[in-house]
Amino acid sequence: MNLDELELIARSVRQENAAYDYELNVCMDLACASQGAEMLREALISAGDASGKKVLVRRTGCMGPCSSGPLVRVDPDDTLYGHVHADQAEKIVASLGNETVAELQCDLNEHFDKQVRVVLENAGHIDPEKIDDYIARDGYKALLTALMEMTPSGVVHRITESGLRGRGGGGYPTGLKWGTVAKAGGDVKYIVCNGDEGDPGAFMDRSVMEGDPHRVIEGMAIAGYAVGASKGFIYVRAEYPVAVARLTTALREARRRCLLGSNLCGTTFNFDVEIRLGAGAFVCGEETALIASIEGKRGTPKPRPPYPAVSGLWGRPTLINNVETFANIAPIVRNGGKWFANMGSERSKGTKVFALTGKIKNTGLVEVPMGIKLREIIEVIGGSVPGGHTFKAVQTGGPSGGCIPAEMLDLGVSYDALLKVGSIMGSGGMIVMDDTSCMVNVARFFMEFCMTESCGKCIPCRAGTGQMYKILTRICEGRASMDDLELLEELCGTVKETSLCGLGMTAPNPVLSTLKYFRNEYIEHIVHKRCPAGVCNIQAPVEVLA
Amino acid sequence: MSKLKLATVWLDGCSGCHMSFLDMDERLLALAELVDVVYSPLVDAKKYPDQVDIALVEGAVASVDDEKKIRKIRAHTKLLVAMGDCAVTGNVPSMRNPIGPEAILNRAYVENASAQPQIPCVVVPRLLQVVRPIHEFVKVDVFLPGCPPSADTFHTALTALATGAPLDVSALTRFGA
Amino acid sequence: MSDNVEVKTLVIDGHEVSARRGQTILEVARENNIDIPTLCHLDGLSDVGACRMCLVEIAGSNKLLPSCVATVSEGMQVSTSSERLQKHRRTILELLFAERNHVCSVCVANGHCELQSLGQSQGLTHVRLPYCNPELTVDASHERFTLDHNRCILCTRCVRVCAEVEGAHVWDVMGRGIKSMIISDLHEDWGSSSCTRCGKCVQVCPTGALFDKSKVGAEHPKYPDFLPYLNLMREAR
Repeated sequence: MNLDELELIARSVRQENAAYDYELNVCMDLACASQGAEMLREALISAGDASGKKVLVRRTGCMGPCSSGPLVRVDPDDTLYGHVHADQAEKIVASLGNETVAELQCDLNEHFDKQVRVVLENAGHIDPEKIDDYIARDGYKALLTALMEMTPSGVVHRITESGLRGRGGGGYPTGLKWGTVAKAGGDVKYIVCNGDEGDPGAFMDRSVMEGDPHRVIEGMAIAGYAVGASKGFIYVRAEYPVAVARLTTALREARRRCLLGSNLCGTTFNFDVEIRLGAGAFVCGEETALIASIEGKRGTPKPRPPYPAVSGLWGRPTLINNVETFANIAPIVRNGGKWFANMGSERSKGTKVFALTGKIKNTGLVEVPMGIKLREIIEVIGGSVPGGHTFKAVQTGGPSGGCIPAEMLDLGVSYDALLKVGSIMGSGGMIVMDDTSCMVNVARFFMEFCMTESCGKCIPCRAGTGQMYKILTRICEGRASMDDLELLEELCGTVKETSLCGLGMTAPNPVLSTLKYFRNEYIEHIVHKRCPAGVCNIQAPVEVLA
Repeated sequence: MSKLKLATVWLDGCSGCHMSFLDMDERLLALAELVDVVYSPLVDAKKYPDQVDIALVEGAVASVDDEKKIRKIRAHTKLLVAMGDCAVTGNVPSMRNPIGPEAILNRAYVENASAQPQIPCVVVPRLLQVVRPIHEFVKVDVFLPGCPPSADTFHTALTALATGAPLDVSALTRFGA
Repeated sequence: MSDNVEVKTLVIDGHEVSARRGQTILEVARENNIDIPTLCHLDGLSDVGACRMCLVEIAGSNKLLPSCVATVSEGMQVSTSSERLQKHRRTILELLFAERNHVCSVCVANGHCELQSLGQSQGLTHVRLPYCNPELTVDASHERFTLDHNRCILCTRCVRVCAEVEGAHVWDVMGRGIKSMIISDLHEDWGSSSCTRCGKCVQVCPTGALFDKSKVGAEHPKYPDFLPYLNLMREAR
């Protein structure tokens, strides 16, 4: 396989597609599938056949606005239909070449206008199980370009130049990480893709793996070339069976097309990828625990240093990046580091995918340039809080993140800005809360999550999260005193500063940030025994002792 | 200078702390120069006085009665001392916590009773679901761990408390000592 | 300042000390009679950095480092017992005492327990957190030894000594978070496990969780000092 051959494949796919007058792209992602997208797709196929029109019906990955599903996009006119039922298939096919079906058309122009799609550029446009669809949209061009025209250090340089930072949450500069692994000694190195997405309400990585699996594989192969590794592992949680199936298919197809395997492009570079399934432990998203899990050991973290870049999988230098980070690699190699660095803010470059959930009209997947104001994401892209309720806070970064109040909606989204207000970028979960959400209860929810997901290795996290959960429960039930609040804050400090890994260190964040911005809600529960949002069921104190 | 009013209280404990207190032997005489014992299982007073300067409380809070007592004592005491591991940690009385009071009562009054097996419901106070150290109910000023704290510990600590001298408890005693 | 220099000089609690490259802060501190409290560390076993007792402050960094695994570097300024560290250590000990049913007065290790003596040396006079009082089992199926989960602090010294020194790997950890539990083999009774009856785990256990059946209350000193010698002999062989 070389660039010319790749171009030939791309051209033939484009020719095949050109034979059709219309393309009906049906979103088959989880949210749409659960509302009957498969039946809809079949109905569209038979309606297409019956009409005699030249219609191509394609199954695609997530298109984004999940709350409007099942979604169908008609190309070339780029009309998006939402809430489509199988019964309406004939109507849609009949409209091709005529007036659009007004009652099904989504009014999501604003939703899409503010977005910039890099990671999700293929989402909704390709069949994730067809490698040729990916190739037709410049897939694997970056890998072949890197192999044929660039040196490994040139690739690292380009990634460094792009300013890309780790999308898993930490925001460590990707180029720096690659450079460290590239410089590390030893002839055996590994690439690991972290697909152990575990934050409540987050599904960015799942959508990428399901909707555009080759993009992740291509990114890993480029990384392998750049740092000198010939073996990669994708660590996916077993709760993502579709992602696992799509990746498996993608790997097989890539090998068949000689885009993985030995002597790629006739060079001396070999690279292959294996899938490893995680058993759904949140802590296995932590890189040292993830490594232990791949090695077949109990998934618990280790103190760093040594960092995986120096001593990782089986003691070898290992590059670990998250799914979204790898998904950014191909476009950066293709378009140049400067192109990427031109997007975003001063110290956070490019775009970020967020999973928008909670009390918001347009729930789903969005991709926005870094630096965009939270207000634009929530009010314009998200379409604000529905049902006449008022916005209260947005939670970013999952159980490691924090709640950002309404007063701070004009904050530009970047790693540093979010950290400054007591939250984190995280992997991209964004949960919107309105006046019916009790912030103490929210903090308690996340603490319960951390408590059950703690691996139990270090004491502060193992026992501290449980004690904090108990205090939060007492507050929610109106049984706490101000002394309890003081103890809670002290525990937050100890767990944050003394825990072994990121899970424990960040577990107090939801409490700390809600205490910072919504302290009055805590006081209301404790002193006045009432829940302002009306969520917590506080019973009047009864003199029962036993 | 008038003497300080000292009370000693016995909640759910084995009285070993009181025994250890008495083990101060002749030093009790010197202590008597500083304090008057106004309430104690060791003296006749039946009513807790209105104003007590120092109260030594032995035992954990295990029953409805214990809880009432400790709250009353706190209200009428300047300096409350948790005396011994039961008062400080729950200790042996709290070993029933994982299985609950029903199982304990059954074992004591039903399974092992040779005559009239029945769980008493009058006179004996109702047990709390879990046994707790006293600081989970009221504010405690000084903690003296130990099972029991030694006579030397009592002597040093009480002399310090009565005279206002600094007191480093950890230098004297520990849990289980 | 190069990393290749064999000898490093650093300052621990105001004392200038020297160290070999690659030595841990804990090692160097103890060589210089500066005590850093530990629970999961034991000379002769690999380190896991789990108990967080040995955390120290490094000047110029806000992050606390576990001194059992953090290695020295030139010019490092280490503080081992600041107010902040002492507070954290006491809170961690409180968390441990509240986690399971540690009743010192009736424990076979009373007077010989590392948790108990740490409580005293760190100035812990009571536990502010509510006791969890979990219902836990005691495995007395072994003919010589007993495992009492009520007193286990999950330091994993037993796991490591069995795997690394005895080579039997009978012990391991099961479950997650607060439900983590030491188990023998694949969660079988200790008595019917592949245990070699060497007793090393009992000697390295810092509390009364693992004890010799022939010992009764408060009569059970432990002797983990054999480990460094054993390792030394093996290296020399």
